[in-house]
Amino acid sequence: MSHNRVFFLFGLGVALLVAGVASYYASSAPDGLEYTAEDTGFLDSARDSATAGSPFADYAVSGVDSERLSVGFAGLIGVLVVLVIASLLTTVLKRRGAGRDADHSTPAGSSPDA
Amino acid sequence: MHVPDGFLTAPVSVATGVVAAAGVAMAIRGSRSELDEKTAPMAGLVAAFIFATQMINFPVGAGTSGHLMGGVLAAILVGPYTGALCVTVVLIVQGLLFADGGLTALGTNIVLISLVTTFGGWAIFRGLVLVLPKNRGGLLTSGGVAALFSVPLAALVFVFLYVVGGAVDIDLGALTATMLGVHVLIGIGEALITVAVVSAVLSARPDLVYGARHLTPELSVRTPKAVS
Repeated sequence: MSHNRVFFLFGLGVALLVAGVASYYASSAPDGLEYTAEDTGFLDSARDSATAGSPFADYAVSGVDSERLSVGFAGLIGVLVVLVIASLLTTVLKRRGAGRDADHSTPAGSSPDA
Repeated sequence: MHVPDGFLTAPVSVATGVVAAAGVAMAIRGSRSELDEKTAPMAGLVAAFIFATQMINFPVGAGTSGHLMGGVLAAILVGPYTGALCVTVVLIVQGLLFADGGLTALGTNIVLISLVTTFGGWAIFRGLVLVLPKNRGGLLTSGGVAALFSVPLAALVFVFLYVVGGAVDIDLGALTATMLGVHVLIGIGEALITVAVVSAVLSARPDLVYGARHLTPELSVRTPKAVS
């Protein structure tokens, strides 16, 4: 168990460092799709996302002036939000899968889900 | 490759939304057979790691950049169905919280970045695993080649979607050539990162690599039927 915990904490630490520190040094050149869109002439058809007003839009925390801190905080928040949602999702799915394996006879647990 | 709103017409976005929903539903069903005491805790970490790594755009020359998609990496670490769910969670958080990738384009992005790379890449990976030596080198080669091809594969699917319903009339030959050319280069980065991470996890905890289970029978917990 503690063996698992060490691995997990190390992995999470790497993710937090990448998103919180290294992200500042990422290339700001247009990505492959954006470059292609500009090159072939359909970049102007892009519209702002409905979430463009989000306080974290474009990986910058609104109100934080330092670019380094702004992208770093956004990265840390993103890592933690993704970790929590993905962990909850897989925990629930694992439990339901296990419940299904353990008891094939009652379809009561099979709620009408997507 | 996060597609913004507006590149594709509304009918195409609706269609990709339907395909994405069906694909995610399939991934949810399929993940139940993959999720166990090893993959379930790993999945959250894999998703968080892919989010972090996607923030790192690396230059690929000619004034453009790319970042990891992560579909093949996720599939090898936790299985293709669970891996697709991991990348999908990343895309939803990116779209909602960080305005990265459009909202009407969310279905398109799930199809391209999650479903195509994960399942397409997994198919290539499994095919290579069958013919290459059953050892660490064979596994990493399979993962690297699958990762390399998964990126231009997603780029080709985008070209297909644009041919069906792009917002603006453009030279489709130039679109295909540029998309493919740039994304082959990004695919090299995808392959390098995928091989590096899978290799590191294989060294530390080979039992946590879903795609390496055929290599490590001696490390898996044996549960003799006679005892239980």
